[in-house]
Amino acid sequence: MRLRSIILDTTVRVVFDAALMLSLYFLFAGHNQPGGGFVGGLIAAAALALRYVAGGLSAVIGVVRVPPRLFLGIGLVVSCSTALWTLRASAEPLDQRAFEWTMPLIGDVKLTTATIFDIGVYLVVVGLVLTALTAFEEQAAARTAADIDPDGEP
Amino acid sequence: MLFALIVLHAVCGTVALVGGRRLGRSAWLVGGCAPAAAMVWSVVDRPSLIDDGVQQTVEWVPALGLTLDLRADAFSALMLLLVSGVGTAVFVYGWHYFGRSTIGPRVAGLLTLFAGAMFGVVVADNVLALFVFWELTSITSYLLIGAKDDEREARAAAQHALLVTGLGGLVMLAGLVLLGQEAGTYRISEMLGADLSGSAVSGAVVLILIGAFTKSAQYPFHSWLPGAMVAPTPISAYLHSAAMVKLGVYLVARLAPVVADIGVWRPLLVTVGLLTMIAGGLRALRPFDLKQLLAFGTISQLGFLIVLFGIGHPEATAAGCALLLAHGLFKAALFMVVGIVDHETHTRDVRQLPSLEHGWTPAKVVAVISAASMAGVPPLAGFIAKEKAYEAFVHGSGGDRLVLVAIALGSVLTMAYSLRFITSLLRPDAISPSDSPRAPADHSPRRMFLAPAGVLTILTAVLGVAPGLWSGVVDRAARALDPQSSASLKLWHGFNTALVLSLATWVAGALVFALRRPLSVVQNRLAPPVTGDHVYGAIVRGVPRFARRLTAVVQPGSLPLYAGVILLTAATAPLIALASGDAWSGWPEFVGDPAHLPIAALLIVGALAATVARRRFAAVILLGIVGYGMALLFVIQGAPDLALTQFGVETLFVVVFLLVMRRLPDRFERRDSRLGRGARLAAAIGFGAFVSLVALVAASSRTSPSVSQTMPEAAYTDGFGSNVVNVILVDIRGLDTLGEITVLVAAGIGVAALARSGRRTRRDPARAIDTPTGEVSA
Repeated sequence: MRLRSIILDTTVRVVFDAALMLSLYFLFAGHNQPGGGFVGGLIAAAALALRYVAGGLSAVIGVVRVPPRLFLGIGLVVSCSTALWTLRASAEPLDQRAFEWTMPLIGDVKLTTATIFDIGVYLVVVGLVLTALTAFEEQAAARTAADIDPDGEP
Repeated sequence: MLFALIVLHAVCGTVALVGGRRLGRSAWLVGGCAPAAAMVWSVVDRPSLIDDGVQQTVEWVPALGLTLDLRADAFSALMLLLVSGVGTAVFVYGWHYFGRSTIGPRVAGLLTLFAGAMFGVVVADNVLALFVFWELTSITSYLLIGAKDDEREARAAAQHALLVTGLGGLVMLAGLVLLGQEAGTYRISEMLGADLSGSAVSGAVVLILIGAFTKSAQYPFHSWLPGAMVAPTPISAYLHSAAMVKLGVYLVARLAPVVADIGVWRPLLVTVGLLTMIAGGLRALRPFDLKQLLAFGTISQLGFLIVLFGIGHPEATAAGCALLLAHGLFKAALFMVVGIVDHETHTRDVRQLPSLEHGWTPAKVVAVISAASMAGVPPLAGFIAKEKAYEAFVHGSGGDRLVLVAIALGSVLTMAYSLRFITSLLRPDAISPSDSPRAPADHSPRRMFLAPAGVLTILTAVLGVAPGLWSGVVDRAARALDPQSSASLKLWHGFNTALVLSLATWVAGALVFALRRPLSVVQNRLAPPVTGDHVYGAIVRGVPRFARRLTAVVQPGSLPLYAGVILLTAATAPLIALASGDAWSGWPEFVGDPAHLPIAALLIVGALAATVARRRFAAVILLGIVGYGMALLFVIQGAPDLALTQFGVETLFVVVFLLVMRRLPDRFERRDSRLGRGARLAAAIGFGAFVSLVALVAASSRTSPSVSQTMPEAAYTDGFGSNVVNVILVDIRGLDTLGEITVLVAAGIGVAALARSGRRTRRDPARAIDTPTGEVSA
């Protein structure tokens, strides 16, 4: 077990939540302001990576709680179904649509199918980074175990 | 109706396959429904089929204009009668042959699917649809030849057949597409009116014929067919005599009206067909395995058919139609008899054959009649077809006479191997004398087992005695291909040249058979040392060997070498374009914005420092600084999306690098020679210089206004967003993004799998036993 820095640990915890919120903001604001699913996903992934550097894989798993491959799968399904849905509505796939409602207290809300598509992209990016982190960690753990195990191959 | 029948085949086949063992023997009933229905339909609906033909268009993807065009004319009807009729007989036969064997249901299902694919080829009007069905027959044939998948020989033969016919099919596809482009239509019925000429069409013809030759086992692609005889006999009787191997002939016949006037068509077909007819006939005189004998006989007869349909003679076309049907009848029956012998005595090798006495008479009668039809003996269907073929060439030009001589020679061989086949069954000692007397066979076949072959043989005899029964069908089929052709089939034409030729053929054939001992010595002397099997084997072994050597050269495993090659290519390839064009438009403004200066300094210092850093960790951090510097440049240039992405990527990049670096030594090794370092330095400087140059030129060489000018507005009206970059990603180029995230998912799965596989070899004790070192971890 490597040594932990309490300062790093605490700072990362503070920054982490802010970074996740930022990533969500970028995800939803992305269609009209700088941002988007890819950027949002990268920021969330970077936040998770920081968490990983500070606390190891257990810290990341503690936050995420679902297998990383689920992110990949759900993300791809969400994006693909948006593409299929738009294909059904018009001749071209990913010809995005917009819907507007007026909701009490919040005011006018505009939701485009592009945002749903972007959510899929976001999930895939996060899932990829999580998968990579998990894979590296598992391999490292296996290697350490093999090094300790006298009968194992060197 | 056409489409419904194809669907019926698919459904019946799938049910038989899925039902598998639960269905047991009744899989043959389920599967047999489809060809039986096709047969009933083609008999009942015969008048409309042969008079005007049947057309059907199935809308598939209307938005893309994809339709499935089906069309059956009189020639298709002839093929359908053959395919579904023999098919139904084969299903009855297979029910007895496989009994309660475990592979029976699978074979039944695959045979049904195969019959459906055959049906599809014969009624497809679009050449691309024809290709799809064509390849489906190749695939089902592969699975059927390898039906006994626990036998190595069967798997090898299946692979051989698939490689040859599949590759031929791909070559044919290229030819069909070329032909379709030249003709301006992919529908065979519309190609007839197209004006086709030129070298592109000649090329297309050669490519298509290669496909036909591989499928119909013509020389030099014949070697897969004898190998395919490892398949259970019902499969050989159907696929490799009556149905699938006729597809090449079918394609030649079908396309002959369209492309017969193209220069290469006739010479190529007649040469290959005659070569195959004679070489196949010679090879059929040698084997002791009865199925091999029939296989080479089939190759020979297919060559004959190719000549008849390829020469473009109206009468020859009519003779071809007659022979197509006659050959299907007698060859399927002969295969069935051999299968029965094999099934009851467990051998089909003349040298081990027991003497077939008690209760074998019906089987022998069937074999004799069918073989006589094969040899062209009256009054059988084969005689009528062969007589018609002789007649077609007797009255022709000098070239036709030459072809006639070759055909007569082939027919002499056919007579000889027919005699050899009969003698093998009736008096095996005459072919292969054995010291000890042969034991009589344990038991004889049951009546019902022989019934399908019997029905086919009765048809052979009836069609021979009463040619009027099939004269009309053959006549219409020939007319569908060539309006000038006509076929009035008769048993007795009077004492004419064709009959004299036939008589001479029988005598010569009998002579060749009688002189088989001395001839076989000569034949063994003359036989070419290299057979098609050898060539195939050499290719199959040679390709992987070549690939291994090539891989060893281009993938030596040295990372510096890969990087060097990539960088030098990237540096020099654009340079060629730069040198050849007049792209240089002078230096741009040296300092665009004062804020660029500190960032440029940061970038340069960071990059230089990364190259001289001794520790890997430091180098990674310095590279990260370069990346952040780039992001700052984006910010200043007003590209916040790009900058955000760059920041995110750089952060992740540093973290992933750190993860990897736990495996690597802390410091870079310095084992390079001075020369090696010099080369690296040169590659790096060269790459940097050229990339800078290209960037300078590219930035100043715009000739037309940027497409991005109209995008901000389009983004809001079409994509409902004011962030152009994002709208491009999710809408305008949305499919690209979808593709990219699919790649990301694949990469994620790959990373996880790689990490797992690395772990398992170390940890899993069960796998450790299999490792070459043989060490077993505790």
